Amino acid sequence: MSEHTTEAVVQAPAVQDESLILEAVKEFFENRVAAVGLVIFIIMIGVALFAPYITPQNPYDLMSIDIMDGKLAPGSKSFDGSVTYWLGTDSQGRDMFSSILYGLRISLGVGVVSTIIALVIGAVIGLWAAFVGGKTDSVIMRIVDLQLSFPAILVALILLAILGKGVDKIILALILVQWAYYARAIRSNVIVERSKEYVEAAKCLALPQRRIMFSHVLPNCTPELIVISTVKVASAIALEATLSFLGLGMPITEPSLGLLISNGFKYLQSGYYWISFYPGVALLILIVSINLVGDRLRDVLNPRLKR
Amino acid sequence: MRNKFMALVTVCMLLLVCAAGASAETLTIGLKGEPTSLDPHFHNVNANNEQAIYVFDKLIRQDSRQNLMPGLAVSWIPVSDNVWEFELRKGVTFHDGSPFTAEDVKFTIERIPTVPNSPSSFTGMVSAIKKIEIVDPHTIRFHTEGPAPLLPRNMATFNVVSKKYGKGASTADFNSGKAAIGTGPYKLVEWKRGDHITYKRNDNYWGVKQPWETIIAKPITNDGTRVAALKSGDVDIINFVPPADVAHLSKDSKLTLSKSPSTRLIYLHLDSDRNDTPMVTDNNGKKIKNPMKDVRVRKAISKAINRKAIAARIMDGLAVPAAQMLPEGYEGTSKTLKPEAYDPKGAKALLAEAGYPDGFKITIHGPNDRYVNDGDIAQAVAQMLTKVGIKTEVNTMPKSVYFGKASALEFSLMLVGWATDTGEHSNCLGALLHTYDKDKGFGSANRGRYSNPKVDKLLEQALVTVDPARHNALLVEAVETGMNDIGIVPIHYQVNVWAMKKGLDYNGRTDGYTLPREVSETK
Amino acid sequence: MLAFLIRRISQSAVVLLVMSLLVFVGVFYIGNPIDILIAPDATPAEYARAVHELGLDKPLWEQYTIFLKGALHGDFGNSFVYNEPALKVILDRLPATLELAFTAMFIAVIFGIPLGMVAGMKANNWIGRNIMRFSILGFSLPTFWVGLMLIIIFSVQLNWLPSGGRGETVMLLGIPVSFLTLSGLAHLILPATNLALFKTSLAIRLTRAGVQENMQMDYVKFARAKGLSETRVIGLHVMKNIMIPVITVLGMEFGSLIAFAVVTETIFAWPGMGKLVIDSIGVLDRPIIVAYLLITVTMFIIINLVVDILYSILDPRVRLGQER
Repeated sequence: MSEHTTEAVVQAPAVQDESLILEAVKEFFENRVAAVGLVIFIIMIGVALFAPYITPQNPYDLMSIDIMDGKLAPGSKSFDGSVTYWLGTDSQGRDMFSSILYGLRISLGVGVVSTIIALVIGAVIGLWAAFVGGKTDSVIMRIVDLQLSFPAILVALILLAILGKGVDKIILALILVQWAYYARAIRSNVIVERSKEYVEAAKCLALPQRRIMFSHVLPNCTPELIVISTVKVASAIALEATLSFLGLGMPITEPSLGLLISNGFKYLQSGYYWISFYPGVALLILIVSINLVGDRLRDVLNPRLKR
Repeated sequence: MRNKFMALVTVCMLLLVCAAGASAETLTIGLKGEPTSLDPHFHNVNANNEQAIYVFDKLIRQDSRQNLMPGLAVSWIPVSDNVWEFELRKGVTFHDGSPFTAEDVKFTIERIPTVPNSPSSFTGMVSAIKKIEIVDPHTIRFHTEGPAPLLPRNMATFNVVSKKYGKGASTADFNSGKAAIGTGPYKLVEWKRGDHITYKRNDNYWGVKQPWETIIAKPITNDGTRVAALKSGDVDIINFVPPADVAHLSKDSKLTLSKSPSTRLIYLHLDSDRNDTPMVTDNNGKKIKNPMKDVRVRKAISKAINRKAIAARIMDGLAVPAAQMLPEGYEGTSKTLKPEAYDPKGAKALLAEAGYPDGFKITIHGPNDRYVNDGDIAQAVAQMLTKVGIKTEVNTMPKSVYFGKASALEFSLMLVGWATDTGEHSNCLGALLHTYDKDKGFGSANRGRYSNPKVDKLLEQALVTVDPARHNALLVEAVETGMNDIGIVPIHYQVNVWAMKKGLDYNGRTDGYTLPREVSETK
Repeated sequence: MLAFLIRRISQSAVVLLVMSLLVFVGVFYIGNPIDILIAPDATPAEYARAVHELGLDKPLWEQYTIFLKGALHGDFGNSFVYNEPALKVILDRLPATLELAFTAMFIAVIFGIPLGMVAGMKANNWIGRNIMRFSILGFSLPTFWVGLMLIIIFSVQLNWLPSGGRGETVMLLGIPVSFLTLSGLAHLILPATNLALFKTSLAIRLTRAGVQENMQMDYVKFARAKGLSETRVIGLHVMKNIMIPVITVLGMEFGSLIAFAVVTETIFAWPGMGKLVIDSIGVLDRPIIVAYLLITVTMFIIINLVVDILYSILDPRVRLGQER
């Protein structure tokens, strides 16, 4: 492949040209399904952000819920006749529709924030390890090993015991659990990329190392990263659900989608299907839309697929 | 390829079904808890005690309502204030054929405090005994320091092992079956940890002949899976059916259900001792003096709770609103105490009278993996308290974090449960309501540090009164005093549910045990 | 190569040491196991006795030193709740978990990689799109939820497969395995599928991404130009190039398969060490937690080592040690 070195050097650096960004946006919308995914994703972010203005009930306010309204089927009215529960209620009498929108807010926030932070931390550490190599690399990779084998449950339990419960603690736990994963994935990508011709060429041009790392190597790793991170946003949300299932997640009076599903878990066989079914559907739509967008982004952003 | 594979699986399933059909005398039990050891004295915890009854016997048994019944002892009488005489059953043999004698009883009682590394032993049950006197091979006397009216109750908590096999035996020896040689209805065959325990019938059992040739006990921790295992026919009977599943299981024509009230009380402990309690503030978040020192506030909390609604909505009807620490019919139970009626207006009035017309803020803490629907109950209580003006936040956590923090008095209002294994009131009075006293061993679970000298005095008196009527009267008075002073806020007693294949019958027990000797075939 | 191995092993020893220290301090902060283990009506004297018996009254550093001394001789202490050597308790459970994890990984690879290749080659065709869409289902729903659903459908409704447990085992090279017996195999299918779902989706996506990218590469064009058959181009040349990211990620996932088999094992009452460790964390049985983590970390280290060596074989440009 050595005869193509020059071409590789020309196309590898990510160009921050406005026309190219526009082109990418245009290209993104060429795929209908991805466009629909994006629209759904934006709508979900919208309803999550404006949940307090849309929902008939604040499910986190203990004054406004009543166990006498517990486990009502979809379409039932509250016992004082004031509210109709279109998606039913959970065991505490929370309106499922309101709970889902509020829960969406928390799940999205927790999943996206923790994944982005973990991704950034992981990317920087992974790149650094791969480039510096030697002892630093070894130390970092052994810390990564350590972190990867530490069960998420134990991390969450220790944080719970020391710091208590809350959204911020969950995010912290998810970051702690995930960063090492990215670090290792990026490092292995970089090692492969580093020995490619365009990097050799950039070195010959005496470009500073940092520039080679961030503007030449990193963009070439982006497609992999996007694939992994869209999967991982989903798995972060699912992991939060699993922690909730094990009693380590969100405070029970402020359920996330995951906590709603795991609360409804015990009613799966008992006919109160709506307690976990509707949150499940919401989670499914959320994750499918994130992935449709992610898949398309990967195709659009991949410098090598663009010819 | 896949078709072939499915065919293979189907054939295999058919074989399994045939195999199951052939040995109708096998009873497969799906249990919520797995024992940690088969050494009956290593760890005093329900799952272990339950399995021990399969293999061993106690001197005194508890029937399904926890009344005392003759076991290996046929009678027990106080020959003087400080001496109990037990007459042992004759003609009883261990699984290996060796006879059961007073030596084995003496050995057992001496072994209990010496089991190495035990995280929770039966030492407290035998600590009253100062001297053991063997009168003849079937008569034994226990000399105690002072009067010990509870001795028979305590004797009904632990199992008797064989001196021959128990001597020097380690926990591993019991687990492997080497030392698990008892007088009970079943012999241990094998224990595959995490998967199953197999037992064979003891044909020389001294009691009634057992209906089951083989018992397979499978631990299936997850509630949903346990229910599914029964519905799919993988097990014959399951314990601790989750309340949410009772309604649809009872509609299933292939299954039968059995319910039994239990001694498991769910209650609130409130910090009624410290002036400065960690989880209480005024409505603006400023620290205030602990309002729960005032009995009116405690009463208000009790009145604010709609026990019937919790039982009906959260527990799907599988709970009985509670007024005291044990349901009616147990020793020391008051006949006059009735569950506090739901009275939000009265609660608000009491709060105003106590100087909190606008209420205050508090956090209720509770476990989320310990009792049936524990997290939901804590939330429901918070809802109800918030509605009378006590703005309540909920914080639930796994038991591994919760109990340590609760015992370290980090909470102000907490949801806890208590099961009185001995089946009489002095046990819970001593642990929950008696003033915390490290030296005398009282108040070990008094996490609200409730203290009332009158309760203390009545209980201590009852504990040295051997005369049953007098003993009972003292307990009743202590219970009434403590409950009227709202030492704890009782919520409800859990109802335990078993589900089984049609054709089986199990009466259910207040202690929650699933004993194969009480499972019968109706056909 | 030898120097590389020695360095890796000595680094790993440090990792294990740090890990054990972290767990000691972590568990200490969570709470005192006696608070959970002891009968609630136990007297303070009984409480003190239990604390003393388990050595929990000693200062933390002393408990740690005692542990270290034992660990050097291969003794990780007795489990607090089982009163048997922690290592033995875990090793008894290890084969069940490994079998489950290997089966799950096997399922992920035999379904994931071919489907991913199809999806990559036919990216714009309905087959490719549908494969991708279905793969999203694999990781959108929480494992515990899917697990119970599998049980409800295949055991309760259809009654095809058992609802849980491990089934019959036979000894293979001294290790009890269940995949050689019919009942064992029947018990294995559902939990392994449950555990494999996420990994299958991941394998599909990774393979597809790799195939798509490599199909655009010049070497593929040359190979085609040279007249090599499509099967050979994809089966040999493309495969070789996409294996690196797939192996890295699946390698890491194998470790997490073991660590996160916890949920699947709980739902399916599978007698593996995931179920054991979740129970042990629940009662803060420190010797088990420590020994479990040391075993899993060791496995991670070995897997990573194998992955790194595989790199150097698959991609000659990568040198072991990577020192410059």
